[in-house]
Amino acid sequence: MNSAMNNSLIKLKQLFFFGSGLVLLSGCWTPSDEVDFAGFPQNGDVFLDGFSGGLEYLPFAGSKLNAFQVDDEVFYQGTASMRFDVPNGDDPDGNYAGAIFPDFGGRDLTGFDAITFWAKGNSATTIDEIGFGNYFGDNEHLVTILGLRLSTSWQKFVIPIPDPTKLSREQGLFWYSTGAKPAGLAGQGYTFWIDELQFEKLGTVAQPRPAIMNGADVEETSFTGSSPSVIGLTQTFNLADGTNQTVSAAPSYFSFSSSNGSVATVNELGVISVLGQGTTTITASLGGVPASGSLILTSTGAFDAAPTPTRSADNVISIFSDAYENNPVDFFNGYWTFSTTQGQDDLNIAGDNVIRYTALNFVGIEFKAPTVDASNMTHFHVDLRTPEGIDPGDFIRVELGDFGPDNAFGGGNDVSGSVTFGSSSLRTDEWISLDIPLSSFGLGSRGNLAQIIFVTDGTVQELLVDNMYFYSE
Amino acid sequence: MKMNRIPLFNMKSIQAAVKVGLSLTLIATLTQCNDTQVVTTLTNVVLDQSFDEGTTPDAGVWTYDIGRGPNGDGWGNNELQYYTDRPENVRIEGGNLIITAQEELFEGAGYTSARLLSKDLFEQQYGRFEARIQLPWGQGIWPAFWMLGADIDENVWPGAGEIDIMEFRGQTPTTIVGSVHGPGYSAGEAISKEFTLTNDRFDTGFHVFGIEWGPDYINYYVDDVLYNQITPEDVTGDWVFDKPFFILINLAIGGDFLGPPNEETVFPQQMLIDYVRVYN
Repeated sequence: MNSAMNNSLIKLKQLFFFGSGLVLLSGCWTPSDEVDFAGFPQNGDVFLDGFSGGLEYLPFAGSKLNAFQVDDEVFYQGTASMRFDVPNGDDPDGNYAGAIFPDFGGRDLTGFDAITFWAKGNSATTIDEIGFGNYFGDNEHLVTILGLRLSTSWQKFVIPIPDPTKLSREQGLFWYSTGAKPAGLAGQGYTFWIDELQFEKLGTVAQPRPAIMNGADVEETSFTGSSPSVIGLTQTFNLADGTNQTVSAAPSYFSFSSSNGSVATVNELGVISVLGQGTTTITASLGGVPASGSLILTSTGAFDAAPTPTRSADNVISIFSDAYENNPVDFFNGYWTFSTTQGQDDLNIAGDNVIRYTALNFVGIEFKAPTVDASNMTHFHVDLRTPEGIDPGDFIRVELGDFGPDNAFGGGNDVSGSVTFGSSSLRTDEWISLDIPLSSFGLGSRGNLAQIIFVTDGTVQELLVDNMYFYSE
Repeated sequence: MKMNRIPLFNMKSIQAAVKVGLSLTLIATLTQCNDTQVVTTLTNVVLDQSFDEGTTPDAGVWTYDIGRGPNGDGWGNNELQYYTDRPENVRIEGGNLIITAQEELFEGAGYTSARLLSKDLFEQQYGRFEARIQLPWGQGIWPAFWMLGADIDENVWPGAGEIDIMEFRGQTPTTIVGSVHGPGYSAGEAISKEFTLTNDRFDTGFHVFGIEWGPDYINYYVDDVLYNQITPEDVTGDWVFDKPFFILINLAIGGDFLGPPNEETVFPQQMLIDYVRVYN
């Protein structure tokens, strides 16, 4: 859930920059301090039988731009519905459908408690992400339901507003993003319809139960100067039919607090500033209701950075280091099946980028565009550090994967090999620098390296990783 | 179920109606047209339990059922709670009687809660019985405000009769049920009617649940809405409601009526009773 959400936010951010050039915003809206904030229309209509006043349609860049149309043959009520044709996974015009429906004039939605609509699919399917609050801006009131299940008959859906008092001037009235099923090139497209899309005051959206960190009490270590985020932000309501509906809610719905301001503070976007050594507990509330879950943050003080690499860049192919120009990397955590590992390259301590894994059992890093030709390299270097005590059975296995001449996973020509470091090689709270001869991985070929995998089987669960590069000497 | 909502007098007109001496038995016929209806006609208070003082309910009016029922089977309904009279399950606080359902292992049960009854302490034939209650919520949560025939020790259920002024399934938070049970029309064959709120629900505020009961009728109301009348013609057996009944208030967990709680059910759950009043 987290990763999907993060990915989508990242995607949206990219799309915004790209998309704002692509899509013309009609009208001209200039923010002004003199605007009368009480004056925004209290109109909850989005699409009943046509676009409500001020409503616009802006597809995401990279999506199939004509995926949406007004359908006057199929509708739940009235004369028309919104029809979405989600493309097949290999559609050259865009392999997913997604758009925002904003009113850049802004609406006062404080009198409503949900956005509701009727929907059906041409087959039973799932809309990946659907909600409101996205206007290709800061999206400070973004709300998303992940994986909304549709059937082939019309059904009413309710997306509750986490805290309506925040929506005094909302521009993002509706948005969705969804792809072929299953995901990937072979995925099948589908069609779904949405009708009677409107904000409503239902009066039955009740029993709010906000959560941060997905409702868990999460312990995390950090360092002065780092800025981790509070994640897993949700709001759950009980609806009239008795179902409990959870939505992902943007940080701005929450009020955050830190129990020890000398260790860390947290801003309105849920971004924590780690200021000193010690432990603090980050909690939150939404609309006056305490959120379940917390982040118990222990700062070990000033960050002890990994040793700065000194080898000449001429003899290095770097995957992850601030000392070199890095090869493009697809991901630092593939969140592969059976992997419990969280975290990726999300630690930045005053300019020093570090990878941090937690709940590590195994994790894959992939760099296939292009793959790395390490035929002329002799060693793989990596700096590792764990805060955990070392037990006799602890180990870290470093595995390299080569995709073979086809430069693609599979194809019968992939090879991999590994080197295992037992407890005698590991240290607590101390960087260990590994310089592993490539010959010891036992690879038949290292001309198309594309993966680095760390395996601990949970014996070491928190691991910092820095300065991964191949070199020759 | 079908439900007729009938526009009714506001309080002022009810009082006016009382002042002109509206007969106790003069209850407008329920129809689907727009006839105005009188919710309540009885205003002479004979029992007023407002739960404003002390920490435990008036022992002169209320006693408790303890445990899992005489046969240990969840009071004949496969209910899952063990009833106690501990303050963890029943207390007065903030002007309300609070019945709290806890998820805890207790005497072999997975939940604890409470059931109050006025048996042998307050019993009455006919009258207006009402309580103002904010209900709990969630799958498997079953609060009720109801009555049993005072001769139940000699005249076993359902022969003694049962008047359910309000039953509620926590998984349908907008709907309550009012019923009578008697010989030939008990349990699944009870004479029942549901009442559903529009744009509101029963667990977010207080609502008044009441009956007005006379020789040949029981009228059911929620707040200012008279939603059902049950008469001898409606029941499929003997009319057993011409004798004294006593009052019960309880919060059951699980049972045949609504199924068990699930992993989404939040505990503890509280039933808040602002008052119980009886008029004649």
